[in-house]
Amino acid sequence: MSDLSAAFHEAWRLVASLDPALLEIVGLSVQVSLSAVAIASLIGLPLGAAIAVGRFPGRQALIVFLNALMGLPPVVVGLVVYLLLSRAGPLGTLGILFTPAAMVIAQAVLVTPIIAALSRQILEDAWHEYEEQLRSLGAARYTAALTLLWDSRYSLVTIVLAGFGRAAAEVGAVMIVGGNIDGVTRVMTTAIALETSKGDLPLALALGLVLITLVILLNAFASSIRALAVHRYG
Amino acid sequence: MLPLALENVSYAVDGKAILDQVTVEIGAGPRTVILGPNGAGKSVLMRICHGLLAPTSGCVRWLGANGSRRQAMVFQRPVMLRRSVLGNAMYGLKLAGLARGERELRARDVLEAVGLERQADQPARQLSGGEQQKLALARAWSLGPEVLFLDEPTANLDPVATREVESIIGQIRASGTKIIMTTHNLGQARRLGDEILFISGGRLLERAPVDGFFVQPATAEAAAFIRGELPWT
Amino acid sequence: MDLKKHLLRFAFVIGALAFAASAHAQRFITVASTTSTEQSGLFKHILPIFEKKSGIQVRVVALGTGQALDLARRGDADVVFVHAKSAEDKFVSEGHGVMRMPVMYNDFVLIGPRSDPAKIAGGKDTLEALRKIKSASAPFVSRGDRSGTHIAEIDLWKLAGIDIAKEKGAWYRDTGQGMGPALNTASSMNAYLLSDRATWLAFRNRGDLAVLVEGDKRLFNQYGVILVNPQRHPHVKRADGQAFIDWVVSPEGQKAIGEYRIGGDTLFFPNADQPGA
Repeated sequence: MSDLSAAFHEAWRLVASLDPALLEIVGLSVQVSLSAVAIASLIGLPLGAAIAVGRFPGRQALIVFLNALMGLPPVVVGLVVYLLLSRAGPLGTLGILFTPAAMVIAQAVLVTPIIAALSRQILEDAWHEYEEQLRSLGAARYTAALTLLWDSRYSLVTIVLAGFGRAAAEVGAVMIVGGNIDGVTRVMTTAIALETSKGDLPLALALGLVLITLVILLNAFASSIRALAVHRYG
Repeated sequence: MLPLALENVSYAVDGKAILDQVTVEIGAGPRTVILGPNGAGKSVLMRICHGLLAPTSGCVRWLGANGSRRQAMVFQRPVMLRRSVLGNAMYGLKLAGLARGERELRARDVLEAVGLERQADQPARQLSGGEQQKLALARAWSLGPEVLFLDEPTANLDPVATREVESIIGQIRASGTKIIMTTHNLGQARRLGDEILFISGGRLLERAPVDGFFVQPATAEAAAFIRGELPWT
Repeated sequence: MDLKKHLLRFAFVIGALAFAASAHAQRFITVASTTSTEQSGLFKHILPIFEKKSGIQVRVVALGTGQALDLARRGDADVVFVHAKSAEDKFVSEGHGVMRMPVMYNDFVLIGPRSDPAKIAGGKDTLEALRKIKSASAPFVSRGDRSGTHIAEIDLWKLAGIDIAKEKGAWYRDTGQGMGPALNTASSMNAYLLSDRATWLAFRNRGDLAVLVEGDKRLFNQYGVILVNPQRHPHVKRADGQAFIDWVVSPEGQKAIGEYRIGGDTLFFPNADQPGA
């Protein structure tokens, strides 16, 4: 228990003093995960919508596959992306291994299936409700998909937040493709792993508390935006 | 577009026949009411006419000149998008390719015609059932359709809302749209129909002008239905 | 509203690419080293001195020795800085490295619980201590991760006449972890283990553990630095990598290494002037 109380004290001290190392790590974590989620949404939401309203052979198998990809282990994703970006690999000439760009790519790969699979489910349910009316009004599938995306926006925001949570919380992928380089690719989770392995448990816990608080704050912010929007638009 | 011709249209699901060899030609002019007990196949017939379902056998054809080619449908339960009343009214017009200014103008016009102009900026989902159905009518009307299909439009509404909806249907008819409507309510059929198509057990059993149908039904099933009895099958 | 959404997303992606690109504007080299070296804090002490002088940022990727050398074999590092002479020599002879130069040494210590069931405390003979641990079947934590420390541990068992791979029992815990996690494990199960002094000094979660055997010449741990071969891997930053190596073995670099202390103790002993090391 003394580790926990030491952790709370340390966490408070770090935050209150605006420790520059902490700020740098937090800033990088947010940038990497936010960028990854943005890319994952750009790909995952249209993909989920397309599968939801589309009818094509192999659709059911694709849905099962996509759902299964939600369970991709981050460390496996990290390993595969590392092999792709390594100098010995096919994309080595890009030279982006051990940079934040590689971390964004790895996390985007991890989060895209989550956003695609979950949005597919939400949008398919919405499609069941709306299909007749939208087709009656003359909407082609493509237009209907866009309408569904906007109409389901609140549920989709929740899904995007889930994606961000997944990205911000993982350590396996960013550790391998980022290398946890001090001042360059060290994020909250890799810093926690490092401090834990150094035996500095109070500091590791303190960083963990900061990370959790960050995610809570982000969710609270999104929730209040939603409440405002529901009040205005229904 | 009219007349609409159905030739030996059948519809079956998992081997169970829902419509059986329906053949009919519906022309412009009279308000057509498709009457029959629940489960008779009226809703399926409507959807096949509108093009939402394809018949399992037989064919559906529009014999008229390829003029407007516009038709719309109002369902038993109105489906509202998560946007304002005005936004819903404008949605169909956006699909039809109208410019934004024109869309808003037309939408506000129909909203006024149905009595919803003061709720234009409210979230559509916050409206009552009757108001949502009026909005659905406005949305369909804004497209200026040649034919308006209505599937049991007042089945879930209270009498006051029902009266308002029926009045709006009358207005739409007066503006030149052909009305094709289903109902299982005898009083409504009398009020709103000029001709009756009586459907029972998936088959079109009788077709007659409204007065003739109620005074002297030609078939035993129709007579039983008018008396208020439940059908055999 | 569709347009606004698209614009927002577009802005995000541009922002992402922009800050990703910014990591490239800086002049830097990539050094593959070991977790124990990084965790000792040595790099935090000496690298700022080099960076200020040369303007070259040194990015250290810390892994186990085996992984670090494999990383360099794939060309993902410019310089290798590890402590496993035989593996390093092999690396150079394979053509992946230009030349190995000795830099510094630190030593290993044999850690164990103060209760010391195998009764090795205070001894000066590591091999005898290991034999005692085995015959007492006392819990022993091994790194098991092909690191320099792990290789050193296997070699010591061999010298003690024990083929540990064949003769280990349930008392021998092969964890596959870095030095810090292995210490955590040993601390929680009151086990013996071999650790480098640097990690031990920086380690906070000691529990009941203490240094029981030290000072044996066989426990010395030599570090070498190698430039990854630009002929094999053309994109290697030859000039900047060589600049770093030159500095590390220079009097200034060696002085910086020797001046690094934890709690008054010197961790690393510079010995670039011993060519046979």
